[in-house]
Amino acid sequence: MSKVTTKNVSMAAVAIVFTFCSCTTVKEYQKNRLNDSEMVVSPRKIEKTEISFQTYREGASGANGGKGGGGCGCN
Amino acid sequence: MFAGFGQKASSDTTYKSRKLTFEEANLVSSYYKQDGNNSAVTGGIGTEKLTDIANVIDVKLHRWDKKDRKQSLDVEIGIDHYTSASSDRIDLKNNSSASHADTRLYPSVNWSRENEQKGSTIGIGVSLSSEFDYRSIGVNASYSQKTKNRNGEFTAKAQAYLDQVSLILPTELRPPGQGNGNDDENNYPKTSRNSFSGSFSYTQIINQRLQLGLLLDVIYQQGYLSLPFHRVYFANGSVHQENLPDTRMKIPVALRANYFIGDKIILRSYYRYYHDDWGVNAHTFNLEVPVKITPFLSISPFYRYYNQTAAKYFAPYQTHTAAEQFYTSNYDVSKFSSNFYGAGFRVAPPKGVFGMQHLNMLELRYGRYTRTTGLNSNIISLNLKFK
Repeated sequence: MSKVTTKNVSMAAVAIVFTFCSCTTVKEYQKNRLNDSEMVVSPRKIEKTEISFQTYREGASGANGGKGGGGCGCN
Repeated sequence: MFAGFGQKASSDTTYKSRKLTFEEANLVSSYYKQDGNNSAVTGGIGTEKLTDIANVIDVKLHRWDKKDRKQSLDVEIGIDHYTSASSDRIDLKNNSSASHADTRLYPSVNWSRENEQKGSTIGIGVSLSSEFDYRSIGVNASYSQKTKNRNGEFTAKAQAYLDQVSLILPTELRPPGQGNGNDDENNYPKTSRNSFSGSFSYTQIINQRLQLGLLLDVIYQQGYLSLPFHRVYFANGSVHQENLPDTRMKIPVALRANYFIGDKIILRSYYRYYHDDWGVNAHTFNLEVPVKITPFLSISPFYRYYNQTAAKYFAPYQTHTAAEQFYTSNYDVSKFSSNFYGAGFRVAPPKGVFGMQHLNMLELRYGRYTRTTGLNSNIISLNLKFK
């Protein structure tokens, strides 16, 4: 990884940590928007087969809440 | 393991059932069609035409145990049927070999127990996948812990897949006396491929409109990682089986951010960086924008961009030489970028879809995928949720 890339990744990591730490407590009764089914922080059910074909057709996989390995992908 | 899911009611509270209760069921069906001209079965040239029909049914049940912990049982079964013009070329006779079509069956069962007081959840699961030349057994275990204010959650998950590959070689490379492609899979020798992964995620509510998720997987694969029927043509014209290393380490890391703008628009974003020791580095960026036309109807355009470098073992048709230890002409690990775009339509009226009370939600989604190697595909998916 080049120096520039390492620097960018480090800056992004610091920004993410800062963002995670700068949050305020949201009470249950304030979560009406966050509880919307389209706000779920994972792939939605309908994306299941899309993720499956992308895993077969591309070299990268994982970090999407699904399988990271296993299965053939033979076709 | 599931003995605790007895149907006997004990000292029921008024609002938490001790009985195993139906929560929801989802049916996801999709039709996928692709075309291209870089089939790995024919050494990086030739048709990649393929169609796949997939159906997955997922049923969720739950109960509360005597300690007021929620136990959930998720039973899923999937079945795919595909036809593949390139797989048909294993035997070099169009629409005559067993490999021109196949059916894959993949059931799974997952159990979890959530302690709401402690904010923790434990889970275990098993899965199977079976098709003519491939078997996979998967096991997983997970642990989640919410933060004290219930705005953050850390999850760790370990998974193992123990797979068996039937060694069906291209017909011209098959030893004399071995199966002809139309016979029983037991006529072919088998070898193993194992995958082990650790997945770590942390989700955090930032405010009433924004939540983030950070994901990291560490995946290690060992065993036979080539596919036996992938041909590689060397520069001198000779034909060989694909040969890849017997280990692979993959490290993807991703960030999700979902933001609710006003009362009608949601931004769902995802970025992933991927690295593996075969030389593939990839970036994935996804943005989906659900727009709520009414509280019960939304339209969701989406766009996904993907870019990868080539695996160091990849070279096109008639480029590899005998001096190389490892070689493949599979364009799925070549250098390329891809675009995937489309839209979804989702309806979830309070009185049920089409007035059917138990049909809680209907979602229809179409996507088109184009790859710079020339491969393109279309997929249409339907999700019906029953409650």
